[in-house]
Amino acid sequence: MIGARMATSTPQAAALNFRLVSVDTSGAAMAVPWREDLVGDPDTGVMAGGVITTLLDHVCGLSVSCAVIAADGGFMEFGMATLDLRIDYMRPAEPRREVIALARCYKLTRSIAFVRATAYEDDEANPIATVQAAFAFTGPRSVESAA
Amino acid sequence: MLAAIPYMKFLGMTAELAGDEMTAILPFAPHLVGNVMIPALHGGVIGAFLEMTALCQLAVREPLRRQPKTIDVTIEYLRPGRAQTTYARADVRKIGRRIANVHVEAWQDHRASPVAALRGHFLLSVAEGEESKP
Repeated sequence: MIGARMATSTPQAAALNFRLVSVDTSGAAMAVPWREDLVGDPDTGVMAGGVITTLLDHVCGLSVSCAVIAADGGFMEFGMATLDLRIDYMRPAEPRREVIALARCYKLTRSIAFVRATAYEDDEANPIATVQAAFAFTGPRSVESAA
Repeated sequence: MLAAIPYMKFLGMTAELAGDEMTAILPFAPHLVGNVMIPALHGGVIGAFLEMTALCQLAVREPLRRQPKTIDVTIEYLRPGRAQTTYARADVRKIGRRIANVHVEAWQDHRASPVAALRGHFLLSVAEGEESKP
């Protein structure tokens, strides 16, 4: 899948060693490995919130691509931009553990996609952080859906 | 504090202090790109830069406390972050005993045309000896 390759090849995703975990028609999951140079609090060894922010933003965008491809068929030929991202941090990530982020695009309109995502190590029910995000399409989704 | 955080080094972020007013600086680097077509900074990088700016400004305000923990942040993306240096300033809107509210804005060419803004709540660690205060 083209989206999967794009998801790990953008420079920032490559710099953070993002790994694709799964993709389907409504969602996507990606992971970021723990690394010494990504630590945000040297006293605890916990990875910086910014790394998780980037993973969440990234996987939210990927879930939108998945949802659009499923809804419209074929390849997504237009751009999109993050409008906003609200992140709630429930607890620090565990040091020296990979963090997974799972995003689901739960509503698409002609111009906006609404997404929820969760970051966790083992269990989605024990989240590190949750996200609510909105993305704006920078062009009409497709000729059909623009009608 | 800045030099001690590995992730700030990963971003290449620095800060300048004028009294208690801090300006955070994020020079452009190829590994920060999220969209190679424009090219534009990754939205997550901009969010991370804003959050780190808030944490650093709190450290300037409350130098004796341990690093605050982020409770929640809302990041609004206003313009694409282009391949150039980004600046940010944080405004501590309220600092209580446990919780601080901070607004941050990032810009590139013109401060009046911000590329992104953040509003967030941060949990402050209680300094030693303060636990018993009402």
